[in-house]
Amino acid sequence: MNAKKYINPYLGGVLLGMVLLAANFVSGRGLGASGAIKSCIVSAATTVAPAAAENSGFITEYTEKHDGHPMKSWLVFQMLGVIVGGFVSGVIAGRLKWKVEHSPKITSKKRLVLALTGGILFGWGSQMGRGCTSGSALSGMAVLSLGGFVSMMAIFGTAFALAYFFRKNWI
Amino acid sequence: MGPLIVNEIITENTNLLFAFLIGIGFGFVLEQSGFSSSRKLAGVFYGYDAVVLKVFFTAAITGMLGLLFFSLFGWLDLSLVYINPTFLSSSILGGVIMGAGFIIGGYCPGTSFCGASIGKIDAFVFIAGLFIGVALFGWGFPLWEKLYLAKDLGDPKVSRLLGISDGLFALLLILVALVMFWAAELAEKKFPREEY
Repeated sequence: MNAKKYINPYLGGVLLGMVLLAANFVSGRGLGASGAIKSCIVSAATTVAPAAAENSGFITEYTEKHDGHPMKSWLVFQMLGVIVGGFVSGVIAGRLKWKVEHSPKITSKKRLVLALTGGILFGWGSQMGRGCTSGSALSGMAVLSLGGFVSMMAIFGTAFALAYFFRKNWI
Repeated sequence: MGPLIVNEIITENTNLLFAFLIGIGFGFVLEQSGFSSSRKLAGVFYGYDAVVLKVFFTAAITGMLGLLFFSLFGWLDLSLVYINPTFLSSSILGGVIMGAGFIIGGYCPGTSFCGASIGKIDAFVFIAGLFIGVALFGWGFPLWEKLYLAKDLGDPKVSRLLGISDGLFALLLILVALVMFWAAELAEKKFPREEY
């Protein structure tokens, strides 16, 4: 089965912008991804080690803003939707496939080690930066937040600056 | 009228239902645009595929203009829309670490879930990394709490800092984006690649 081509990127951008607008119209906030992971971690920590969680500024900062269960959050439901939406798109386009995607110059194992490393860095950075590419950069820029533009420039600027050193992993 | 939840037009549970539906739209558009492929995402940093730049900036501009028009039509009260706060030190440091994570891991959080949804194993591993990274941040929070809270600038809008109207800033951003789109199209012609 041949996979269908991707849509025009500018059309994709307009559609994504409309999704972002819908999020703001309904909830008064933009999109996000890393926030859902934080909900999971907070939920796990308060369940496994409630005493320690109460003493953690990281967790109390979250629970003060979200009364009720940490998993009953907007971003958790939104991310569940992302998984469904991505899956449906993959089905329609014929792109569902178990695969480790990597440059022919590196092994699958190396790709997975790099993916884990990158994930750890991104996870840590998303908490320090109060949001990731979607929550801080994209959603922040749409509401003209200075922080959104700073995040965007720091993320893409650093990735560009380091690209040369990691070129063998991609091209 | 909007935001619906802030103005209590919908209930909390309806809001969560909308979150799920909006998420479906989010994931669907990301996947349709090719954001489920780490090599396609990384292409923007080598010039062979600038889909990230094109989708990202088109989306930011569309969202921004939509908000301004909705406000103009009286459909949305912009003063009730959340504006991301700016903590300068943590914003820069967090962004730099995220940028490193992007070029090393090939995904960002949203796109990794999108990649995982169509079976990319590297995306699943990246997500595992995200959980570890967020947990590490929480675990060591006292170590970097000061830095996290430093240089609190409140929630300034760029337009206000520049002393221009939101509309004029939007126009300037569109012009900048057009120049970048033009550069992106040139780069893709200059560094062409086979399908990957």
